[in-house]
Amino acid sequence: MSAALTLEGVHTHIGRYHILQGVDFDAPGGKTTMLLGRNGAGKTTALRTIMGLWRASKGRIALGSTALNGLAASDVARLGVGYAPETMAIFSDLTVKENLILGARQGPLDDTRLDWIFGFFPALKKFWLSRAGSLSGGQKQMLSIARAIVEPRALLLIDEPTKGLAPAIVGALIECLKEIKATGVTILLVEQNFRVAVEVGDAVRVMDNGRIVHRGDMAALAADERLQNRLLGLSLDSHQ
Amino acid sequence: MSVLDVGAALPRHRMEILPALTPVLVAVVAAPFVGSASTFLTLTAAGIAMGMMIFTMASGLTLVFGMMDVLNFGHGAFIALGAYVATLVLLPLASWSATDSILLNLAVLTLAGVAAGLVCGLMGWLFERLIVKPVYGQHLRQILATIGGSIIAEQLIYAVWGPDQIPVSIPAAFQGSFVIGEAAVEKYRLLATLVGLVVFAGEMLVLNRTKIGLLIRAGVENREMVEALGYRIDRLFVAVFMAGSALAGLGGAMMALYRGQVHATIGAEFLVLCFIVIIIGGLGSVGGSFVASILVALIANYAGFLAPKLALVSNILAMVVVLLWRPRGLYPVSGR
Repeated sequence: MSAALTLEGVHTHIGRYHILQGVDFDAPGGKTTMLLGRNGAGKTTALRTIMGLWRASKGRIALGSTALNGLAASDVARLGVGYAPETMAIFSDLTVKENLILGARQGPLDDTRLDWIFGFFPALKKFWLSRAGSLSGGQKQMLSIARAIVEPRALLLIDEPTKGLAPAIVGALIECLKEIKATGVTILLVEQNFRVAVEVGDAVRVMDNGRIVHRGDMAALAADERLQNRLLGLSLDSHQ
Repeated sequence: MSVLDVGAALPRHRMEILPALTPVLVAVVAAPFVGSASTFLTLTAAGIAMGMMIFTMASGLTLVFGMMDVLNFGHGAFIALGAYVATLVLLPLASWSATDSILLNLAVLTLAGVAAGLVCGLMGWLFERLIVKPVYGQHLRQILATIGGSIIAEQLIYAVWGPDQIPVSIPAAFQGSFVIGEAAVEKYRLLATLVGLVVFAGEMLVLNRTKIGLLIRAGVENREMVEALGYRIDRLFVAVFMAGSALAGLGGAMMALYRGQVHATIGAEFLVLCFIVIIIGGLGSVGGSFVASILVALIANYAGFLAPKLALVSNILAMVVVLLWRPRGLYPVSGR
């Protein structure tokens, strides 16, 4: 069983702004947990705080029994945490290959794993030696996710992977996320697209104003239109 | 299942040639005004040699600035320190310099360069830990702290070596000139050019053929993501800072020999030039700094010959013109 992620009373301040105001939630091991909420609710801040890119000013973050509080981002990553940020943060001046080499921190690229990744993202194979900055938006997103999974991970933090992508690519990305989950990885996924959330999510946590306002199963939220409206100001129908 | 966005062929990314040709363009434009071919050759060879020395001093600064976002106004202290450390080798081994043996001459130069690089690299580590590390991400404090650090370093140099200029001599085998037609090209300038080219080739090799280089290039673009991939960027910062300081020291030693004297203000004198070069080249770009160094040195040389008063502001004018043409420098680094 993969390690579960736990946040207890996590506060994060950025400058004089108090963004996370006591976030409590868990992401069950080996499952995909959706982190939903309106813009500005604190979802990205939560991911960055877990990753160690911003310091939690208070509270406890743990992956399994290992505390992540106070660790530098590099140490969090060394515990097997992969991160695909909202901005994708690919290295534009490096090639696709070089981006993935950097993702494989523990050693050289594993050909078998690369073939598995190319199965999802054939564009990366085609443009293997091309400069990453010249890829399309969708291809950059693929590269960002591929870099996060180029080595086996215990936990994947993915921030809005479908943002701005064409529907066909979104559909394929959903299949990709399902296959990654099937390998036993714990996934925490921030997503604005409710359809994607319904398709890939096992559990859901909803944030508002820096706090968790709902915990439950994704299927239950998908089936409860009133709850969707109350929590997210949307309904599944409006997104179909 | 596969993602469908395989797409058509990508737009080909070509290395832009025009910025790299700017020194050639400047030379072509200056040639008719200079008139005499021999004078032109002498000025050009001297400019290239000067450019290589400036590049050696500035290339570390561009990586430090590009990767660590640190405005290191203390960089000049390492240039001066390198020059002084070189005297610690050159003066006691003056007999090696005076002999006709090219091997002994080369040995004394190599020892002086290595000593300057090593000492400045170690001092760079100390400077980074004590002065730069506490002010990461705070530009105004960086300026104040590194200027303060450079003043302390300059005063320490005065305390150790005294306020007087120290004369140094180029080893015998590298004194004099090669005469090509009517043009005279100094031997030491050729050596300086060679050293600069070796430094450039070495840097490009490390940056493009090693994982450390890959990390540095990635760090210049997005250091936060490098850290999020599990790399201890702070250690890389220190290593880059030490390498940059070592190169500044080597450049300082080369410049001391070129000028035949060492003085503590040599650092401050070349610091401004280093900043001009890294801005013209594109912050964080080693290749850009290489081109910019030659460009700046050639312009200074031609201007010095054609219009000496203009030479005083030629570097600033060159920077203004380049930035009007390419606001992020000749070879901008993505993400900066």
